[in-house]
Amino acid sequence: MTFHPLMPYGEGVHKSERALPERGEPFEYTPDNRARLEEIARRYPPERRRSAMLPALYLVQQQQGYITANAMQHVAEVIGLTPAEVEDVVSYYVMFYTKPVGKYVLQVCRTLSCALMGAEQVTEELAEKLRVKVGETDASGEFTLLEVECLGACDRAPVVMVNDHWHERLEPSAAGKLVDDLRLRGDAALSGCHLKVEK
Amino acid sequence: MDPVLTKYVGEPNAFTLDFYLAHEGYEGLRKALAMTPAEVIETVKASGLRGRGGAGFPTGMKWQFVLKDTSRPKYIACNADESEPGTFKDHVLLERHPHLVIEGCLIACYAIGARVAYIYIRGEFFHVQQVLEAEIARAYERGLIGKNILGSGFDCDVFVHRGAGAYEAGEETALLESLEGKRAQPRIKPPFPAVAGLYNCPTAVNNVETLCNVPLVLRKGVEWFTSIGPEKNTGPKLFCISGHVARPGVYEASMNITLRELIVDFAGGVRGGRPLKAVIPGGSSTPLLLPNQLDTTASFDGIAKAGSLLGSAGIIVLDDTTCMVWLAENLLHFYRHESCGKCTPCREGTDWLLKILRRIDRGEGQMNDIDLLLDVSGNIAGKTLCPFGDAAATPVLSTIKLFRQEFEAHIREGRCTIRSPWRARQAMAAH
Ligand SMILES: Cc1cc2nc3c(=O)[nH]c(=O)nc-3n(C[C@H](O)[C@H](O)[C@H](O)COP(=O)(O)O)c2cc1C
Ligand code: SF4
Ligand code: FES
Repeated sequence: MTFHPLMPYGEGVHKSERALPERGEPFEYTPDNRARLEEIARRYPPERRRSAMLPALYLVQQQQGYITANAMQHVAEVIGLTPAEVEDVVSYYVMFYTKPVGKYVLQVCRTLSCALMGAEQVTEELAEKLRVKVGETDASGEFTLLEVECLGACDRAPVVMVNDHWHERLEPSAAGKLVDDLRLRGDAALSGCHLKVEK
Repeated sequence: MDPVLTKYVGEPNAFTLDFYLAHEGYEGLRKALAMTPAEVIETVKASGLRGRGGAGFPTGMKWQFVLKDTSRPKYIACNADESEPGTFKDHVLLERHPHLVIEGCLIACYAIGARVAYIYIRGEFFHVQQVLEAEIARAYERGLIGKNILGSGFDCDVFVHRGAGAYEAGEETALLESLEGKRAQPRIKPPFPAVAGLYNCPTAVNNVETLCNVPLVLRKGVEWFTSIGPEKNTGPKLFCISGHVARPGVYEASMNITLRELIVDFAGGVRGGRPLKAVIPGGSSTPLLLPNQLDTTASFDGIAKAGSLLGSAGIIVLDDTTCMVWLAENLLHFYRHESCGKCTPCREGTDWLLKILRRIDRGEGQMNDIDLLLDVSGNIAGKTLCPFGDAAATPVLSTIKLFRQEFEAHIREGRCTIRSPWRARQAMAAH
C-alpha cells in the first residue's frame, strides 16, 4: 500500500514488525525474588500494585536472562493483570529482552555526540571482531552486539554499555581488545565511572 | 561565579552523607521545616528559579498550582530520566551529590504537602541508582527521611523507580504513566499533573537539577540566588558540552555567560583547532546556531532571542567535518526509534523522514526530496500530542534552513562530499 506517491513506502507493503513472544520454559519467581518483589511493591499504594511492573520484569530478566510468554503470564498473576497488559509493557521498553542474549550485551551508543567521536567505527570494529551484525549474538553465545541511543554521558564518548556497566571513551581501534579483555577479566575490563571514582 | 552545585564533584567522598552534613547538608531542609509550606513556595517563587528540565517553567509557580483543596495524597516526581541527546548534567548530580537531590525532594514534598517523592531514574543509570539507593538508606537511618523528620512532625518517604529505556519517559505525563507500570506514553493535557498526576492525584514533576537548586535557595537565601545571572534567568546553571571540543564535560556558570566563553574558555575550543561549523545549544531537540551567534548569552531568554532554545543546556559542538545531511539522519534515527507511537504524525512522520534522509545519503535522492522533507516536517511540528513532535522535526527544519546547499550538493553528486574521519569506514547497513 502506498500512502503518498513520493514516499519510499511505495517500495513494498508496510508490515507490522510485531513478533509473538516465545513461550519458553515454565516460569515462577524464586522465593527470594518473589519476596524482593513484594518488598518493592510496598513502595506504592496497595491498590497500585501495577507500579511494580518494571521492577517485576527486571527480576524476571535477572532470573532467566530474558522475558518469555510464560514469565509474562506469571508476572500478570503475581501483579493482578492480564498477560496482554504485561506484554504491552515488555514490548515498549528497549531494556527488556524477549530473546536470549549473550553473557555480555555490548550496547554501543550511536547518537550524535558519540557518533561525532567515532561510535560508528566502534560498532564496525565490534561487528568485525565478533563476526555478527548489530542485533546478533556471536557464535560462542557470549557476546550480543546492540546499538542504543544516547546514554547520558556524551562527554565521555564513545560510550558502550556492557550489561549494567559502562565503558567510556572507547577508541575504535581498542574495541576488539575490549572483547578479549572481557573474556579474560570480566567486568574489571571496563573503564566505567562507577568502577573507579574519577578525579 | 564559583561553582556551587558542583563545588565538590572532585572530592572522592562527596556523595556520602557524612561529607554532605559537614558541608551545610540538610540546612535547607531544616530552614524549610521552620517555615510554613506557603512560605517555602513564596521563597522559591521569589528566587525566580526556573525548571532545568527543558521548558524553563518557574518552579515556585508549578508548586503553587498543585491543587490544595483535596483529600487525596499528593506526590513529587523527580525527573531523573535524562535522555535528551547531549545532556549529562543530572548524571553528575545524582552520582556525586545524591543528598542534594534527596534534600530537594524533601523540601518540595513539604512545600506542596506530599508525603512521598518518587525519583524516576533512567534504566541505564543503574550504577547511579545503586549509589542513590544506598545514600537514601543512610538518610533514613539518620532520621532525615521517614517519620518525624528532624523532629518536625513531617513524614516523608523517598523511593527510586527505575525506568527501562525510553526517551519519551522523560515527558512528564509519560513519566507518570511509566511510574504507574504502563508504557511511557503521554497523556492529553489538561488536566495537568498539578491537578491530576500520579494515580490521578495532584503531582509536581521536577527535574533533578531544578530540585538541587532548591536547598541552595533556602540555605543561602533569595538575595544570593537572584544575584546570580540575568533577570528572570537566575541561579547557578549546569552546561553540558560535548562533540568536537577539546575538553567535553559539565561546567557550572551563571546564565550571564556566553556560548563562546563556554565553548572556548571552558571546553578548550574546537578540537584540533578546526573551524567551527555550528552549535546545538540545548540538546538535540533545539535549532542549530551558527559561529556568528557565539556571543549569545547562554540563558533561557538569550538563546531564545537568537532563535533557538536553552532546553536542557546540552551544547553539542560541530566542526567542519560534520555533514548536515548525516546529522539530520543520525538524529532522525533517534527520534524514529524513540517515538512512543501514540499519535500518527510523529510515529509515521519520523519513519518517513528517516527513509527520505537515508535515500539522499545513499545517493538516490532527488531535488524535490528537500521540499518533501520540509512538507513532512511541517506536518509533524505543532500537530502532535506532546512536544516530541516539534523536537523531531527540528533537526530537519534547522539543517535545511541553514545548510540547504549541502543537501543539494548531496543529491547532485549522489554522495557525501564532506570528509568525516570519524564516520564508519563502510556504508552502514540500514537497521
Ligand atoms: C520528549 C520529552 C522528553 C523529556 N525528557 C526530559 C528528561 O529526560 N528530563 C527532564 O528533566 N525533563 C524532560 N522533559 C521535560 C519534562 O516534561 C518536564 O517539563 C520537566 O521534567 C519539568 O521539570 P522542571 O520544571 O524542573 O524543568 C522532556 C520533555 C519532553 C517533551
Ligand atoms: S508526539 Fe510522538 S512521542 Fe509525543 S505522543 Fe505523539 S507519538 Fe508519542
Ligand atoms: S550521545 Fe552517546 S552518551 Fe550521549
